[in-house]
Amino acid sequence: MTNSQEVVSPQHVKDEWFRPLPKKQGSAETVVRPSLSYWKDAWRRLRKNKLAMGGLIFLILLMLFAVFGPIFSPYSVTATDYPSQNQPPSAAHWFGTDEAGRDVFTRTWYGARISIFVGVMAALIDFFIGIIYGGISGYKGGRTDSFMMRVVEVLYGLPHLLVVILLMVIMGASLTTIIVALTVTGWVGMARIVRGQVLQIKNYEFVTASKSFGAKSSRIIRKNLLPNTMGPIIVQMTLTVPSAIFAEAFLSFLGLGIAAPFASWGVMANDALPVILSGHWWRLFFPALFISLTMFAFNVLGDGLQDALDPKLRR
Amino acid sequence: MNEHQLDHAKEQIKERVDEVDKSLPVGTSGVQKNRKKSKKVRSDVKVLQVNNLQVSFRTYGGEVEAVRGVSFDLHQGETLAIVGESGCGKSVTSNAIMGLIPKPAGIIKNGRVLFKGKELTNMSKPQLRKIQGVDISMIFQDPMTALNPTLTIGEQLTEGLRTHKKVSKQDAKQKAIEMLELVGIPNPTERLKQFPHQFSGGMRQRIVIAIALICEPELLIADEPTTALDVTIQAQILELFEEIQQKTDISIILITHDLGVVAKIADRIAVMYAGKIVEIGDKRAIFYTPEHPYTKGLLNSVPRLDLVEEELQPIEGTPPDLFSPPQGCPFTARCPYAMEVCDHVYPSTTTKSDTHAVDCWLQDERAKVLQELS
Amino acid sequence: MQKYIIKRFLMMIATILIIATLTFVLMHLIPGSPFEGERTTNPTIQANLEKFYKLDEPLHVQYLSYLKSIVTFDFGPSIKKPNESVNDLLARGFPISFELGMVTILVALLSGIILGTIAALRHNGLIDYFAMTFAVIGISVPNFVLATLLIQQLAVTWDLLPAATWSSPLHMVLPVIALATGPTAIIARLTRSSMLEVLTQDYIKMARAKGLSPVRIIIRHALRNALMPVVTILGTMLAGILTGTFVIERIFAIPGMGKYFVESINNRDYPVIMGTTVFYSAFLVFMLFIVDIVYGLLDPRIKLHRKEGDA
Repeated sequence: MTNSQEVVSPQHVKDEWFRPLPKKQGSAETVVRPSLSYWKDAWRRLRKNKLAMGGLIFLILLMLFAVFGPIFSPYSVTATDYPSQNQPPSAAHWFGTDEAGRDVFTRTWYGARISIFVGVMAALIDFFIGIIYGGISGYKGGRTDSFMMRVVEVLYGLPHLLVVILLMVIMGASLTTIIVALTVTGWVGMARIVRGQVLQIKNYEFVTASKSFGAKSSRIIRKNLLPNTMGPIIVQMTLTVPSAIFAEAFLSFLGLGIAAPFASWGVMANDALPVILSGHWWRLFFPALFISLTMFAFNVLGDGLQDALDPKLRR
Repeated sequence: MNEHQLDHAKEQIKERVDEVDKSLPVGTSGVQKNRKKSKKVRSDVKVLQVNNLQVSFRTYGGEVEAVRGVSFDLHQGETLAIVGESGCGKSVTSNAIMGLIPKPAGIIKNGRVLFKGKELTNMSKPQLRKIQGVDISMIFQDPMTALNPTLTIGEQLTEGLRTHKKVSKQDAKQKAIEMLELVGIPNPTERLKQFPHQFSGGMRQRIVIAIALICEPELLIADEPTTALDVTIQAQILELFEEIQQKTDISIILITHDLGVVAKIADRIAVMYAGKIVEIGDKRAIFYTPEHPYTKGLLNSVPRLDLVEEELQPIEGTPPDLFSPPQGCPFTARCPYAMEVCDHVYPSTTTKSDTHAVDCWLQDERAKVLQELS
Repeated sequence: MQKYIIKRFLMMIATILIIATLTFVLMHLIPGSPFEGERTTNPTIQANLEKFYKLDEPLHVQYLSYLKSIVTFDFGPSIKKPNESVNDLLARGFPISFELGMVTILVALLSGIILGTIAALRHNGLIDYFAMTFAVIGISVPNFVLATLLIQQLAVTWDLLPAATWSSPLHMVLPVIALATGPTAIIARLTRSSMLEVLTQDYIKMARAKGLSPVRIIIRHALRNALMPVVTILGTMLAGILTGTFVIERIFAIPGMGKYFVESINNRDYPVIMGTTVFYSAFLVFMLFIVDIVYGLLDPRIKLHRKEGDA
């Protein structure tokens, strides 16, 4: 029934080969792939994703520049220098200057600080509110859960940016109010995801079983379940950052950004709009480039994490 | 199927559905019950000839040799069961016959599949489509996912018929109603307008079978058709298969890991391991005089009513990694009778009778001498 | 189905009520009243405001009268523009914004679905690679950046298309591209991933085993199922597009509602801000409601039949 090409043809089989094979202990098991821990495995897969790794490296560099960039710059973020206003990029001013003679290069790194701060804070606050709300909802279950989720459903239907605009108009534009406004509406998505994950944990049969044995359940949850359920939450956080950065830029663009002389990328882009047609392209180009690159980096990193952390795709 | 046969079949099936078979479809009770069927004269017409079929998949980790030289024939009206653990290549074999190997990841590296003398492996896709669903049909494992949730049962039943045979909408509908009756679904006329989620699992599997049979194929490939079903529903579906086969003389390839199912409806059994058929024979030979240690292991791992006192013995270990299949017999590492030769060379086929053949070094004269000595 | 519609309808009412209440509360949180004192200079406007908001009445009367005016689609006067009400502005601006939004979502749906489907069918191929690179870039580049680039290159440097106003179909091209790129990218990604998942389903394998043509399998079996997730995000996507019009209208000097809205933000014309927010929110929540019903119609599993079969 098989015609496969044998390395040794049956005619050449030696007689002395017909003796029992000494039992190799566990030889059958060795073919199984060595099991890596969840995080190591995820990291291995993330590392294979070149785009996501590129995004990660870019973000690390960006943060380093945001922290240390301004230190190496001879210019101040806020000090005006009218004689050298509206200069194109040059050796002295790498990214040019704005209408008040401020160095765009320096302002871009300050903008990075603000934009990333807004994004990361929004993601963290969303995470904490979401963990508490979603955790309670999922853990309690029953009526509490259905009531809490009904609330979430209604809030989910709110047009977020409109509410954010409304809040910003009332509270006045500042860094704090931007973050507050973004998180007031933003935590809902996280709460939904956390609740889903909590329900999933609850449904694992051995969790219910281990409850009766008491001792080891917290260990099981920490060692086996938490890593698996953290995946979607981490991905959601990674994707919250770029959307918060975008929202901040959007608000700045509507005139609701933080006030001059400080600048976020969105404020810089907004300030550049009136002068873009007079040829001062660098005013818009650099902040826009960094907004786009940062969002791109976070998006590809989020996608990569999604693939890397998905237990279904483990191989 | 003519009118008369159809009516008769309908009646019989109603009876069957009424008296639900409570007995578990395991062990030899099934064998004895169906002994009369095994005596059925074997047709000389070969519907399907598979010759040294080799299928590989390219994955990120390398090339997986899923099927490594499989050969068998299938006669008209015969049921061949392909048995083996998951990952042994049985589903890949059936997909290859059906022309459903996903390209470009999957490649048929070698071998021929002849359906009534026509070579299928090098056929163009449009040509193949004239055979798929018309001459060869397939039933999938999970009836909950095999039906499209957004189309009505009627649409899914008739679309194959309307694509392949130029049938009017009315005639197609009539035929669909007949098929639903045949597979034992009450109120077929109203049921046609319903969606899959309005049916239970067993009912859905009946619908899947009806869809597979509506173009009156000559070969039916059933990939684990009862695995996802309750035991009582399993029995009913298996009886439906027998019923249909008696009426239509259709040939069936049954892919399963469940020896109980095999005992119930198979005529012949092919045991697959690591991409190869290690033993093939008629049902009685495989159940009563198994030769390959793997076949024996499989039988020992299944509850049998005639061997009450013996304990169930699972086969220890796991099948080999098909990224780099072993040169010798793939079962060596798990085989209680393994010899040095097994590690070096894959055994050639030993013919035990017209219908029984096995790939094992224990069949070699030299091995027998050695065993008697020890 | 009826129960489903009623439930969704009640949720829509609840959401609109929350937004109306929120605007009311927020406006009253502003130190001093947003409608009094130095904010207005025109005595006619002041009189109109006091009359409309019943400022001399107690708070709950103000609230109820405010809700009543919303139900009757009356959003009161503007602070900055004498003799003009929010309704006048909406009547003038909204049709244009609506047109921009609708053209955008149609373009985004059509191109996104086609792109996503082709990418899924050529999974890991060159087209897939390019389509998904385009999609990530499309998601990452903010629409105002894209808009400025388009004006700079296509309108100013090459002089191919008009850069501003809203007077002919040709004028629509740039703003629609700027506004539709993000949504197109999102739809393309979603279509691709859900298409990829659908293509591995057993019912697609079964359709292949029936010997159906690939075109028929894609259109009849795969696409309909793959587009379900796309339908569910249409509501939130529309919200994104509508808020996007604020920016785009400003850049392209389109006289839509977005332009008035941004103006009102900049000169703190609170009644216009409130009125527009409530109107837009109600509109979006209503669209969300419509989308949910359409989804219910598309997915037979949501329907509640009288006869449930034996399932």
